[in-house]
Amino acid sequence: MSSNLKWKLIFIVAVILVCFVGLFGIPNPPKSFAALKSNFTNRIKLGLDLQGGTHLILQVQVQEAVSQETDQVLDNVTKALRDKTIRYDEVRKLSDTQILVHNLAPEQAGTARNIISDQFPDWDIAPAPGEASGYLLTMKASHVADISQRTMDQAEETIRRRIDALGLTEPLVAPYGQGDNEIIVELPGEGDPNRAKSVIQAGGQLELHLVLDSTPYPSEAAAMAAHGGVLPPNSQLVQGKSSASTSGQPSPVSWYVVDRVPVVTGRDLRSATAVRSTKNIGFYDVDFTLSTDAGRRFGPFTEQNIGKQLGIVLEHRLQTAPVINGRIDDTGVIEGQFGEQEANDLGLVLRSGALPASIKYLEERTVGPSLGADSIRHGVQASIVSLLVVMIFMVVYYRLSGVNAIVALILNLIILLAALAYFGAVLTLPGIAGVILTIGMGVDSNVLIFERIREELRASKAPVSAVDMGFKRAFLTIIDTHVTTVVSALFLGLFGTGPVRGFAITLVIGLLANLFTSVYVSRVIFDWHLAEMPREAELSI
Amino acid sequence: MEFFKQVDIDWMGKAKYFFALSLTLLLVGGASLIAHGGPFYGIDFKGGTVVDVRFAGPPPIDTIRNGLTQQGIVNTTIVPVSDISNPNSNEVLINLEEKGQGSEALDAGKSAILNALHATLGSGEAGKQDFNAAGPSAISDVLVRRDPLSLGATAGDRYTQLAKQLVDFRDKNRGGVITNLNDLSATGANPAVIAALRDAFYTSNFAIVNVEIVGPKVGSELRRQAVVVTLYALGGMLVYIAFRFEWVYGAAAVLAVFHDVLITLGLFSIFHFEISLTVIAALLTLVGYSMNDTIVIFDRIRENTRLMRREPLRVIVNRSINQTLSRTILTSGLTFMTVLVLFIMGGQVLRAFSFALVVGILVGTYSSFGIAAPLVVAWNEWRGQGATAVITGPAAGNKLRKT
Repeated sequence: MSSNLKWKLIFIVAVILVCFVGLFGIPNPPKSFAALKSNFTNRIKLGLDLQGGTHLILQVQVQEAVSQETDQVLDNVTKALRDKTIRYDEVRKLSDTQILVHNLAPEQAGTARNIISDQFPDWDIAPAPGEASGYLLTMKASHVADISQRTMDQAEETIRRRIDALGLTEPLVAPYGQGDNEIIVELPGEGDPNRAKSVIQAGGQLELHLVLDSTPYPSEAAAMAAHGGVLPPNSQLVQGKSSASTSGQPSPVSWYVVDRVPVVTGRDLRSATAVRSTKNIGFYDVDFTLSTDAGRRFGPFTEQNIGKQLGIVLEHRLQTAPVINGRIDDTGVIEGQFGEQEANDLGLVLRSGALPASIKYLEERTVGPSLGADSIRHGVQASIVSLLVVMIFMVVYYRLSGVNAIVALILNLIILLAALAYFGAVLTLPGIAGVILTIGMGVDSNVLIFERIREELRASKAPVSAVDMGFKRAFLTIIDTHVTTVVSALFLGLFGTGPVRGFAITLVIGLLANLFTSVYVSRVIFDWHLAEMPREAELSI
Repeated sequence: MEFFKQVDIDWMGKAKYFFALSLTLLLVGGASLIAHGGPFYGIDFKGGTVVDVRFAGPPPIDTIRNGLTQQGIVNTTIVPVSDISNPNSNEVLINLEEKGQGSEALDAGKSAILNALHATLGSGEAGKQDFNAAGPSAISDVLVRRDPLSLGATAGDRYTQLAKQLVDFRDKNRGGVITNLNDLSATGANPAVIAALRDAFYTSNFAIVNVEIVGPKVGSELRRQAVVVTLYALGGMLVYIAFRFEWVYGAAAVLAVFHDVLITLGLFSIFHFEISLTVIAALLTLVGYSMNDTIVIFDRIRENTRLMRREPLRVIVNRSINQTLSRTILTSGLTFMTVLVLFIMGGQVLRAFSFALVVGILVGTYSSFGIAAPLVVAWNEWRGQGATAVITGPAAGNKLRKT
């Protein structure tokens, strides 16, 4: 064997080894077949359509954040004008991004303009249309974009923290689409979207209010009646938590009259964790710790109100109203007869803070694990059957050379799978379409080469030069077909999303692998065979 | 073994029959598309709600329909899922067309369908959950609370594992439906565990295996994107082929591929298959196959043009198709066989997908010699260049041999 050929063989073996490491791992050589299999299945990540799981696309309502900013600025403008005792009729919000300062005192208009443009550089100021001395403030487009971006980042971060805390394997939270403020959430293996949705959606607003009337009321009307139709000043009605929602039976509703201003809110929270309840065996509570600052307020407050009830209000629903037994400085507990999961979820929502804007769901898909397993089983069965038929045919039709084609085909698949494992790419149903096209083009490359070699042999060339010419001629065609397909796949990968991109990625990898196996590897095997066989022998093709 | 030694078929002489055949297929497909008011879009593209329900026995379709009507859901279709390899799959798809816009409307449709199913079919007992709808966490919650194995404080992990095992058994071994909790003893579960589960769960004779809810905005956006991306890809191919051959070759190849996609869409309409995102992937695959086939023939034409400078293009093209015929039949035959297996064995999810490929490979192979090559010949003859073929691409074997 020539040394050139030897090096080529070594190179091929090295590539195969690298692929096997990618597929099965090396640091701890697996001992049993089962360990090998589990290593393999851990490395090839399956998409949601094959594995089962939940896929959500949601839209962050960023205009809410913009509108809030405008409200804030409106407040500040009013304050600034008052500070300088500038007279005006009205400061009004015209839209999410516009504020009208109506009818300023004419002699003070200039001063007002200076103050506003000094203090609110993110706003454009212009004379209000149809007014002698009024100004129209418009939020600069760049500032709107800033707020939107910040809101999106914050929303994504909050959602990610909440989802991460669910403890699922490899969840995905990422921006989605082009500029429509959309976020994609993918939860492999989670068959119940409601849990994820409730965690995402929960505003996480926790407030602790003093309860004014010790007994809850069965309805809103009853509560009003007890106070003669008018609630006491600075108080509000809060609905109690409806328990046992799983049974589907409407539970009795209760209403509480509580202080309007909360003593402590979620912002004052330092931590929140689920713990086993000491009172209700089998249930869970959520312990929380307050910041030092809030603790300083909370201590005196609890001291003054010993014997009264403290309502723990979550998302405008009163969870529990424990009686204050003594001074509490910075810790508390929410007893809600929660399940373990429920308590964990609540703890994480409280910890991760509130969403900056509300969200809307645009899409929800849940693939049950049984359906995903079916798809995999069918896909694998069909692939194996068709691969077998292709292999048998190649050997019957091309005899020994057919074995060469089979080696190339299998090696192609191994490289493709290994590349998926190395890149951490996800195998989806459309990805399998890419694999099928790869197999098809792999078979085609071999057929092209073999047919060319046969043509050359028919023209009574010697085996060595027939193989040489066959590869050279077919190579041009193979390059053209592969480059054309890769070009189109690159477009699909660049501009497509989701499934289309999955298809493009497997296709590009598969085609590159095919160039290597069908042209390079196959050629080396031929050369090897030609070098070994007697000079006068015929090529088995 | 060899199928063809020497063939000498006058393909270009039959071009008018090919054009007539293609025109007929396009017209029939087009007529079907017009008659149905466009392609049948799946939920991916039109928005709406699909709930995939698997039953323990034959699905009681009429009962479901009545239940849905009672819940005030009228615009639904219930499609039994049947499979060539598995004609009684006991599975139905309940489709609900999109009505509202907001996420509330999205959720409302789903919960209405679930309510209807539970109301008409579920042997629901008050205060209990449906075992077939329960996830591992719900099951482990129950087990931890009841602690049937008396494990005490260390129970958490043990029960989580056990719950996963039970759910795995339900989903993988029983296709997602367990009609009697006693069946769980097949997993080796302790009778005490099953008893504890019975206190908290009931079993229905169905399971929801798949739910898809797509808002209308997402659907139309996806539709637009799929078309745009495909056009980009076709444009990229056109430029590359024009660069490697001549622009008329690129145009002919792209036209042929376009023809394949249109015919496939027409057949989708005739056979009532829905266009989903996976079908788009299949259409892209068929674009790849068809293009591959066409380029193999074009490559031969380019090579033969240099060898046979005196011959008219039509003769060269005929010769090229004949020379590559063996390869064409082999490759197409093998890939056709592959996707046929997928079509027959691939199951419900892959049905429309593999149908697109089965059709696509037939049409794509045919269009290479029946449409693309004749178009090039027709163009050259119309331009009066038919007598001597001209190709100005890079000389075969000169530039590329070095690489």
